[in-house]
Amino acid sequence: MAMPLESPVTFSNVGKIKWWRRGIFASQTGYVLLALLVLMVVMHFASPYFFTEGNMQNVAKNFSFIAIATLGITFVIITGGIDLSVGSMMCFSAMITSMVMIELSAPGSVFVHLAADGKTAVANVPGLILVISVLAGLCAALIVGLVNGFCIAVLGLSPFVTTLGMLSIVRGLAYVVSNGRGSFPGGPDADYFYALTSGDVLGVPAPFIYLVILAAVMAVVLHHTSFGRHVFALGGNEKAAELTGISVVRVKIEVYVICALAAGLQGIIISGWLGSAPANMATSYELNVIAAAVIGGANLAGGIGGPLGAIVGCVLLEVIRNGLVLAQVNSYWQQTLVGVIIILAVLVDRIRSRMT
Amino acid sequence: MASADATPVLELTGIGKEFGAIRALHDVDMHVHPGEVVGLMGDNGAGKSTLVKIIAGNFRPSHGEIRFGGDAVHFSRPIDARAVGIEVVYQDLALADNLTAAANVFLGRELKRKFGPIALLDHKAMASRALELFGELRSETRPDDLVKQMSGGQRQAVAIARTRLSNARLVMMDEPTAAISVRQVEQVLSLIHRLKEQGVAVMLISHRMPDVFAVCDRVIVMRRGEKRADKPIHDTSPEEVTALITGAKEAA
Repeated sequence: MAMPLESPVTFSNVGKIKWWRRGIFASQTGYVLLALLVLMVVMHFASPYFFTEGNMQNVAKNFSFIAIATLGITFVIITGGIDLSVGSMMCFSAMITSMVMIELSAPGSVFVHLAADGKTAVANVPGLILVISVLAGLCAALIVGLVNGFCIAVLGLSPFVTTLGMLSIVRGLAYVVSNGRGSFPGGPDADYFYALTSGDVLGVPAPFIYLVILAAVMAVVLHHTSFGRHVFALGGNEKAAELTGISVVRVKIEVYVICALAAGLQGIIISGWLGSAPANMATSYELNVIAAAVIGGANLAGGIGGPLGAIVGCVLLEVIRNGLVLAQVNSYWQQTLVGVIIILAVLVDRIRSRMT
Repeated sequence: MASADATPVLELTGIGKEFGAIRALHDVDMHVHPGEVVGLMGDNGAGKSTLVKIIAGNFRPSHGEIRFGGDAVHFSRPIDARAVGIEVVYQDLALADNLTAAANVFLGRELKRKFGPIALLDHKAMASRALELFGELRSETRPDDLVKQMSGGQRQAVAIARTRLSNARLVMMDEPTAAISVRQVEQVLSLIHRLKEQGVAVMLISHRMPDVFAVCDRVIVMRRGEKRADKPIHDTSPEEVTALITGAKEAA
């Protein structure tokens, strides 16, 4: 910061912390970003295919498939919480979306009699079914997020246990509503749906565009609004946050809702890419999402994290997966390697904070 | 000295508090004037913290009346107490380590600038106001440094700067010198002098006799939930206060 000329404080004993020891340069996100760049250079020399346009598009698309949910869970992790229900939420939200889409356009459903021409009333407005069904999917996620937030913030249950239960509840509901069969996006708006979820704009995959926009919004919210500041304060010292008059309950509910909505949106996008929402969709994705957030520098103890870290974590996981395939390494090694990287990333940060 | 001022900023009459069958406080009367530093001493369980929590709005008293600036007040939550101008600097300081000094000073009452419907934080205004406050307190603290990297004295300055922000009329400090180095104790005591100069009443809750005798105008001793002594500091001695705290001397 530029000190005002007539600074009311003269600093004789307290030095200024060097630029390379503060901000991103001193964060786990910074180290992991560096590691990622090194890895990409190595990949370039290891395989001529790595930096081809097709492969880059592939990587961008694949990591976008978990990155939006990672942005959401990063909010929760910064407050010192955890949300294990994101995988189930992705599935449930995607399933509700495609079921509503089918239901609204199917002849024979209750809506069909509302219009004279044999099509459903909503089907006459292009895109309306799509909007309603996506909102329905997000609404399902919103409700689950509210329940999570209520149990954790108001009833005071532990986030781990609450969301572990919710993982099972929501997955179960997905099986119940589809009778275990899953569902498929369909009807007159299905083409719009596929274009918006798995299409691309000038070669850039649509999910990647959403990710960039959401990450930018998240950066502004976290660092330039009082809500964002309260999220960090909650993770740093919850009691202090409470004592300074921050509405801890409200902020907590809000972060679980944000996380649920992000997971829901992510699920809807994945179902567009898969072309279906099977009942076992995104099983155990919560682990990938949490791993990506932690590798990117979000601290499970709370207080640290951000959108850049979330994205860097997701990219690193995807580059490793992609690299192993290109290097023709048995892809079963992938999981093992991801585990090693989680521990390494946290270890490096630990060593660094010991040194300073 | 400002204690000649006619209306005390804080006046307690007949304050008592029971928790079930336990009588934590009994019939406590006290008053604090603007610009006065009052030491509140007593052994563990003497009722100091209960008294502080009643004044800060954490508990409601079972009996008695609190008057602040001459008016009777009833606090049901800490925010009510803060609204009239009572601030507490907690023993663990209640700072968020992962935020900067300025962010901590303004926590819960951030300065914002409106951009249409969205209000964004005004980082510059907060940093310069925080720097002003640190200047007033004569503490070498940079608004942009993380609290994590600060010394005990600087942390104390951040916590006190927070009370200055709201122009508090009474600041209660709970064991501000308990866990910091000798040099930092000096800093904290000088912070208390700064508050006094600005007409703020300070209640210092402390176990450390030398600190109380260094900055306080008056000392109040609690024992077994009752006020046992309330004397100007120059009329008493560390030995007498110790005797009052331990019960070797019943009252003075």
